[in-house]
Order: sequence, then C-alpha cells, then structure tokens
Amino acid sequence: MQNEAIFAGFGGQGILLSGKILAQAAMVQGLEVAWVPSYGPEMRGGTAYCMVVISDRPIGSPIIKNPRHLVAMNLPSLEKFAPLVKPRGVVLINSSLISIRAGRNDVDEMVIPVTDIAKDLGNVKVANIVALAAFVARSRIVDFDLLREAVTGEFARKGNLLALNMEALDRGKDAALRFR
Amino acid sequence: MGKILMKGNEAIGEAAVRAGCLSYFAYPITPQSEVSEYLARRMPEVGGVFLQGESEVAVSYMIFGAVGCGARAFTTSSSPGISLMSEGISYIAGAELPAVFINIQRGGPGLGGILPSQGDYFQSTKGGGHGDYHLMVMAPAGVQEAVEMVMMAFPLAEKYRNPVMILGDGLIGQMMEPITFPDHLRTEPPNKDEWASNGMDTRKSSKPNLVKSLFLDPKELNAHNLLLKAKYERMKKEDVRYEPYNIDSDYQILIVSYGTMSRVCKTAIDNMKEDGMEVGMIRPQTLFPFPEAAIHDAASKAGCRVVVSIEMSVGQMVEDVERCVRGKCPVEWYGKCGGEVPTPEEIAGAVRSLLEKNAGSFGAKY
Amino acid sequence: MGRIFRKPEVMTDEPTHYCPGCTHGLIHRLVAEVIDELGIRGRTVGIAPVGCAVFIYNYISVDFQESAHGRAPAMATGIKRVRPDLIVFTYQGDGDLASIGIAEIIHAANRGEKFTTIFVNNAVYGMTGGQMAPTTMPGQRTTTSPFGRKVEEVGMPIKIAELLSTIETPGYITRQTVIKPKYIVQAKKAIKKAFKYQMEGRCFSLVEVVSICPTNWGLTPVEAVKWAEETMLSYYKLGDCKTPDSHKGV
Repeated sequence: MQNEAIFAGFGGQGILLSGKILAQAAMVQGLEVAWVPSYGPEMRGGTAYCMVVISDRPIGSPIIKNPRHLVAMNLPSLEKFAPLVKPRGVVLINSSLISIRAGRNDVDEMVIPVTDIAKDLGNVKVANIVALAAFVARSRIVDFDLLREAVTGEFARKGNLLALNMEALDRGKDAALRFR
Repeated sequence: MGKILMKGNEAIGEAAVRAGCLSYFAYPITPQSEVSEYLARRMPEVGGVFLQGESEVAVSYMIFGAVGCGARAFTTSSSPGISLMSEGISYIAGAELPAVFINIQRGGPGLGGILPSQGDYFQSTKGGGHGDYHLMVMAPAGVQEAVEMVMMAFPLAEKYRNPVMILGDGLIGQMMEPITFPDHLRTEPPNKDEWASNGMDTRKSSKPNLVKSLFLDPKELNAHNLLLKAKYERMKKEDVRYEPYNIDSDYQILIVSYGTMSRVCKTAIDNMKEDGMEVGMIRPQTLFPFPEAAIHDAASKAGCRVVVSIEMSVGQMVEDVERCVRGKCPVEWYGKCGGEVPTPEEIAGAVRSLLEKNAGSFGAKY
Repeated sequence: MGRIFRKPEVMTDEPTHYCPGCTHGLIHRLVAEVIDELGIRGRTVGIAPVGCAVFIYNYISVDFQESAHGRAPAMATGIKRVRPDLIVFTYQGDGDLASIGIAEIIHAANRGEKFTTIFVNNAVYGMTGGQMAPTTMPGQRTTTSPFGRKVEEVGMPIKIAELLSTIETPGYITRQTVIKPKYIVQAKKAIKKAFKYQMEGRCFSLVEVVSICPTNWGLTPVEAVKWAEETMLSYYKLGDCKTPDSHKGV
C-alpha cells in the first residue's frame, strides 16, 4: 500500500517542514518514505510544495502525478493540485486564506481555518503544524502518537517553540475531529 | 543503528566524512549547495577542511593540490560547475590522482535549468575535459545508494589512482530518504608515499616525488596513455556494477535506465507486470565501466524484440546501449529532459508503443 | 681555506634548458639557496607553472606538483589547507599569474593563504613564443602586438605587486629584480623573508621579480638588461609594497 501527500503553500509557511515531520513519523513507524521538495528561486514568498511518499514496499518512482492527499495552505496551491488528487483522498483547505472549494465531489474535503487557529495561538508560523495535525488525524496516514513524537523531536531543542507547537498539534487534531 | 531521515545533499556530505574524507572544497551552485552548507558546519567538528573556492575552476585545482599531497578530498557541483572543473579533472586524470567529484545534475546546455536531468552522461563518461582519459562514473538511484557510492568512491579512486565521479541529479540531492551509513564501507586510505608530493620528511625519503601530467616525448606520452587505458580495462573487468530487474521473466522489451529515471522505470515495470506484461531492465550502477556484457546478454535473450534506453536526456546513453546490443535487436530511446521526470504511466505508454512499432522484429533468436 | 661558493645542495646537476641570458636559472638558484639556508628541503612542495619554468622540478630537488596555466595558487591552497606543516611555493610567469590566473592569485592573497609565490615578470609570454602579456610595456613589440602594445586597445600593463597590495588581508608583497648583481642580493633577501613569513604562519607572500627575455624581446642579453632597467624599472618600481607589519588591520 502506497500513499502520497502534497503539502503546498507560500514559501515561508513551513510547508517543507510539515512534510519532513510527516516523513519522520512514517519512518519511525517502519514504513518506506521519500520526501521530495520543489526547489528553486522561490525560497521566500513564492509557491512551495513538497511530496511525501509513504509505502510498505520500497518506493520506486518518487515522482507522483496523482497523489492520494493534498494539504493546501493557499489559493494557488488548491487550484494547482486539487484536480490531481486521487478519488477518496483528503483535501485540506486552509479556509483562512482560501475562499473557494476543491470543486470535486469524489474527495474528502476538510475545510479548516488553519491560519486563524495559529493566530489564535499567538504565532501564525505554527499554521503548518495545525494543518499537519488536522491532516494526519483525518487521513490516519501515520499513527498520531508517532507524529507527536516527530514534532517533539523537531522542536525539542528550540526552547519555547516546543510547547507552542504541541499546542498547535492538539488544536489541529481537535479541529479535524470536530469537522462536520 | 536505526535509520535517519536525511536530504540527499546532506547525506552525501556526511557519507564522505564517514568514509574518512576530511577535506572539501566547493563553489555554490543549485541544486547541490546544501552539501557545502552542511559541511561548512560539519568539517570543523571533525577537524576537517572546508573551503569555499573562488570558482569551480579554482576548486578543481584545490582538489588537485590536496589529493596530490596525499589527502582524501572531494568536491560537489552541478552541471555548469562540472564544465568549469573539467579542465582540472583532465589534469587530475593525467596526473593519476584519486579525487572524487560529485555532479548533482541539472538541465543544460548553457544555464539550462535547475531541475533534475541526466544531460551530462556524455560529459562524465566520454571525457568532459581534454585528452585520453576516463572517469569511473557511478550513478545512484536513491539517497541510500548515493551514501554507499560516496563511501565506495574513495577506495575505488585510490585503487586505480583515477578520479571517480558520482553522477546524481537534482532529485537525488533534494530528496529525503531514510538512510544508514554502513560501517563496513569505512576504509583506511592506503599509503601514498610512493607518488604523493607530501614532503620528503613525511615519507623519510631523499627522493622527491613529482605529480605531473606533462610528457613532451611522444613515446613517453603514448606509454602513459596506454597505462591509463590498462587501468580502464581493469575497471571493466573488476568493477562493473549493475542491477538486473525482472530479468528472469519472459520479457519482449528490455529497458536500460539509470539513476532517478530507473526508479520510475521500476514502478512502471511493476505496474505492467500487474497488467500481465513482462518488461526486463538492466540498471547500470557504473556508467563507466559500462555493463556491456549484461546488456548484450539480456538483449540476446530469446523473445526480446526491442531494447529501449530511457533517460532524462534526449538520448546519450542510448549510444552505449546500441554498442552493447550489437544489432541483436532494435535499440530505441525514450526520455524527457528539462527537469520533467517521465511518470510510470508515460513509460508504460512508451513501452507499449515501442513494442507495437517493433512488432515485426523477431529478436535475438533469429 | 674554506669554500666560498658552491651549488646549493637542493639544486640538481641537470643543465637548465633556458636560453642564453635568461634569468630563470638565477631565480631558481636564489630559491634553492633559501631552501638550503632555511633547512626546509624535506618539507617543501613546489608548484611548477605552465611556461618556460615548467621543468623547474628538474633543477630543484624537492617535491613538486605541476600546475595548469594560472592555477598554481589554487593548488598551493589545496596543499596548505590539508598540510599546513608543508612549505609551499608557486613559481609563476606573467601570462600565468597576471592573465589567466589572476583570479586565483587575488583570491589566494585575499584569503591570506600561507604560501609563497615567486612571480617572474619579463613582460612577455615566453614558452609559447613571445606573445603579448598583461605586463607587456606600452609600445613593446611582441608576436601578437607586432606594431607595439597599443594602450588604447589593450590597456596599460598590470602592476601585480601594487594590485595585490590593495588587499586588506595582511601579506608580504614586494618587487625585486635580478638583472644586475646589485639587485640580486636584495632579491634573495626578499625571497628569504617571504619563506620566513610562511614558516611563521604569518601571511601570504609574493615576490615579483622583474626579469629579461632576450630571445623573445629580440635583443642581446646586454641590450635586454639595458631595456629592462630603462623601460621596466621606471614603471615597475622596486621595493616592498606591503609587509604584514605595515598592515594596520581592522
């Protein structure tokens, strides 16, 4: 069984980090994993995305035309990738910044004001962790406890950011569980 | 030791350190600058040398100097940078120095693009620089294999006293995969006193060593180049590496593909197998020496009607594949360049249409 | 009675291939004497240039690496970075250092690489047959400036010692000559000082040596010395351009 998720948004939204933390959790779960970023001149402010491929077999092509899931943090990302998602995949829409919907009736659309939740927590930068938590809670692509472990590992040495990100993780999960 | 998740570029840097190479010289270029960024922090931790040179040209000679006095040293770059280093690489090959070069390929020619490409096949396997020389060229298909090839590259360079090139691409450099650094690939550098200009006191000798590539006497240069040729022949005997895939099946079409492209081919082959169609593949892990016999044998197998070289270039390796197949069956090329990596679906489509096109070919058995 | 003159120990018995009147042999000898006097033969590595002096390794018996045109400072950098205990010198001509290799020498000097460069300036490409160099004098005829160097087309000759002295990193940069005996003593002192600065781990050091090339200038050795003294020394002024002590630092 192979699953893929695209995380997409503005450069600077922590998109690549979300994907990396997911990949870390999947690896600890004993799965094969590949994390593929977009790279180039759009280091800050442009569009950024990464693809995480998770499989129980060695991963052949890490280049995926039709991923299973999408986490769209801004409008251009949704417009670009929503048509590509496989049926029954999760499409997380950051409704703080996106006013439209995926326009698909064959996917599991989850609309969450990710950026607003982060602002509410006092730091817009944790929007990526809110989204990651909501996505994992919904898709169950990895064990949520392992995700928690991976977030802890990422921020353990970054002082007060750890507590904030753990809070973001819980809020994201709650938002997913409460959706619909 | 458990696996750790690491980006290809960073893993390459760490692999060199684990392999006992503590000297790194480089010039920044996308998509491999993370190697330098990683080693700028890592080398001081292990008492190693990190230096950002003023150009790729200069860097290739910093490598010459460092390796020429007996140290293990390496550099990383991407296609346009390797072009600039090609002068130094030629001198290093001529002077028989065991240096390691890593090319995280991007699209070309010229400034080209920054996305993954396999457009430097000719450059790395057929020369790049001037004169009668070859590099040993290894092509990893993933981060773990890149780690292993980097660690193997130093002893191989020393075995032959010849530069080794790791030919990766932007995807290998940018991708993260779980990896380990195999302890058994740690090696001690051999004694280099016989040839290195490491100072006469260092080797307690009163005879100076000269590291050079100039042989003005035509007889001498001829003899020198024949000696180089003998090394390349020895590489062909002792260090050809390749991976056969689905080669025991009754395939009618054989793929030859390497690096990132071969991973995609594997997925395509698995998918086609599920659909009841068998496709074989030879994945060269060394591009020089090239797995000539393996490709010839696989193409000669009864039932094989066509061989296709699948590359992220407009057809470079295909010339070597043709050479190896030696007319046993038609040889075709399929690929894309510019940074687009063909998908498994596209490869399956190409394979089907090539089979159709070559329906009249009866293959090797006739 | 003691011996008052002898061949430096580090020099081989090989007769040099240089043209009559060429100063390379003399400069080799000064370097050799300094290596002897400092007792550093066993830990010295020279970088031979592309140019007339490529066979320096046949005459000075220390470890050598043979460079590509202009790249000697990069090679010396590679050696010194991995083996700071070795004493490394490059020996470069003007086409080599001032033209194709100007980036390498500037950056090596700016990084303060602790090696020594002997820069032989004879205002012409020697080995390739007398073509115009960046150091060729205005109006000087060469095979590629047959009507004389036209400043309005190719600019003025580059003063390497002064150019490198603009670098803020501490260094020892001096210009000497060996065209007459009175200058040779000074030149040797400068070369020795340059090696000493390296041995002390203090700084990059470069000795520019204004030299003659009778063959490619189309002059007799005597005429060449006269021309160099009159034409070159008034433009390429002798003396220290910069010492590590004169540097005020930041």
